[in-house]
Amino acid sequence: MRIPACPRIFGILLAFGLFLPSSILHAAEADEAIWLNTLKPQYFGDKPIEESTAVIELTAPYRAEDPALAPIQIAAKIPQTPTRYIKTVTLLIDSNPVPFAGAFHFTPESGKADLAMRIRVNAYSWIRAIAETSDGKLSMHKVYVKASGGCSAPIGGDLDAIMKRLGKMKFRFEGQPAAGQPTQAQLLISHPNITGMQMDQISRLVQPAHFIKQVKITFNGKPVLRAETDISISADPNFRFWFVPQGPGELKAEIMDNKDMAFTASEKVAF
Amino acid sequence: MPHCLLILLVFFWARAASAAEPPFDVSEIAPGVFVHQGAQAFPDRHNQGEIANIGFIVGERCVAVIDSGGNPAQGEALKAAVAAKTKTPVCYVVNTHVHPDHIFGNRAFKSKGIQFVGHHNLARSLALRGSHYLQTAARDLALSLTADALVPPDLSVDDTLMLDLGGRRIKLTAHRSAHTDNDLSVYDEHTQTLWLADLLFVEHVPTLDGSLMGWLATLNELATWPVKRVIPGHGAVRQDWPGALEPEKQYLLMLRDEIRALIQRGGTLETALARVGQAARPRWALFDDYHQRNVSTAFAELEWEE
Repeated sequence: MRIPACPRIFGILLAFGLFLPSSILHAAEADEAIWLNTLKPQYFGDKPIEESTAVIELTAPYRAEDPALAPIQIAAKIPQTPTRYIKTVTLLIDSNPVPFAGAFHFTPESGKADLAMRIRVNAYSWIRAIAETSDGKLSMHKVYVKASGGCSAPIGGDLDAIMKRLGKMKFRFEGQPAAGQPTQAQLLISHPNITGMQMDQISRLVQPAHFIKQVKITFNGKPVLRAETDISISADPNFRFWFVPQGPGELKAEIMDNKDMAFTASEKVAF
Repeated sequence: MPHCLLILLVFFWARAASAAEPPFDVSEIAPGVFVHQGAQAFPDRHNQGEIANIGFIVGERCVAVIDSGGNPAQGEALKAAVAAKTKTPVCYVVNTHVHPDHIFGNRAFKSKGIQFVGHHNLARSLALRGSHYLQTAARDLALSLTADALVPPDLSVDDTLMLDLGGRRIKLTAHRSAHTDNDLSVYDEHTQTLWLADLLFVEHVPTLDGSLMGWLATLNELATWPVKRVIPGHGAVRQDWPGALEPEKQYLLMLRDEIRALIQRGGTLETALARVGQAARPRWALFDDYHQRNVSTAFAELEWEE
């Protein structure tokens, strides 16, 4: 079909609500306004932010099949050296009721500032990862995601099973940890991470929010990853991160939720 | 320019054709058991959620409606179909689970003398999800509904409940978490008809919103029941038992085995979403609409297995 040949026809079709992509584009532009007018001033003041993939690159599914469980990855493009490293990655989801998903703090001992996790996306939205390097500079990569209802969506299929395991944690390693080498680990936390947006239409009561707000991971007492998180993190939070075991020891996670319930777990690392 | 005219004509013809109301038909698949078979379709603004199998069972004293439809208008159509087939009044509306294509017709039946019946988890699920379902109905189905479309159960089934319809008893069973965490099946003793609703999908890819392991266990238990015919939530009524369960069971076993193997190798959710079960695509309708989400739900469950 040669589009330019039928301009009027397409006008008519447009009037019947076809060609959704254009409305999506408009939504994306509107989101840019949320960022410029609200989020950027709130979290970064008037500091300049370079938009590039030179420091970090965000990967997210363009269409999230499950808006309450969208897997995303943040890849660091610079090594964590003592002289220059990624200090903090802030994750924002523009259209979520609480756009702040989390701030993740690294050290040179993190080895690599890569991260992966699962998030809730409540509306078609830009997702932004903003890295602050140790020299204070800010760098952002953003990705548009089509998903909706991730925050008001019900908690997993089996709430009973999740509540029964509340606070349980597991570590997994990608490959065999090696001394002095960056090693990828995964922390699985069983927690419903209730958003507080599931309103009972009959009683008008809201299931109160219950979510993890702090994550601290150390290796032999030294910080590897520290994070403040909010309701945009999916139920049963799952973080993949890196650390460098200089020798055998213990990887430890300390978690605190908004009801001040604390959970800890640790895993021996041997070679 | 003639091209353009053609495009326009085809477009309006397609709209006119799609706007025509399909008649609401029910078939008597066993004496006194009436089923309206839903279209195998994704819920959208055209079908407005009218996609599930719904119907009713007629006793001498009472009619039990089994699922009320995808919107209040379909509920009304079902109510009219009951009245056309029998003078016996409706006493019960059985909601087999919380999904909107099965319960959004409830409002049409709200009246004195009609009791709504559901799994003991249905009220909680309705409370947690109702708000979300009303929003998505407005956005995706062009249905503007208010909270009165959500009717909580009057009768809650803890384990099993026998309903006497007069000369005919139906046995309701509240299952463990399977398709959802509030699945209720209906067994008509008189004709050995098992109304499984969404515990069974025929040709339509199964959709997992409860527990994969629970669903597999449920299918194994059900296979031992004496059943002459089974009514799935989506797809045609089947008479081969327990053979009718087999394709769904194979699909769920495939999910379990492929995801377990992947988790053992240290695989991630992202890898699972890209790879698991792709070979099953040609065997199922609506595979691309639901399969990835099934993988996601199953993965989140299986990664907590001991």
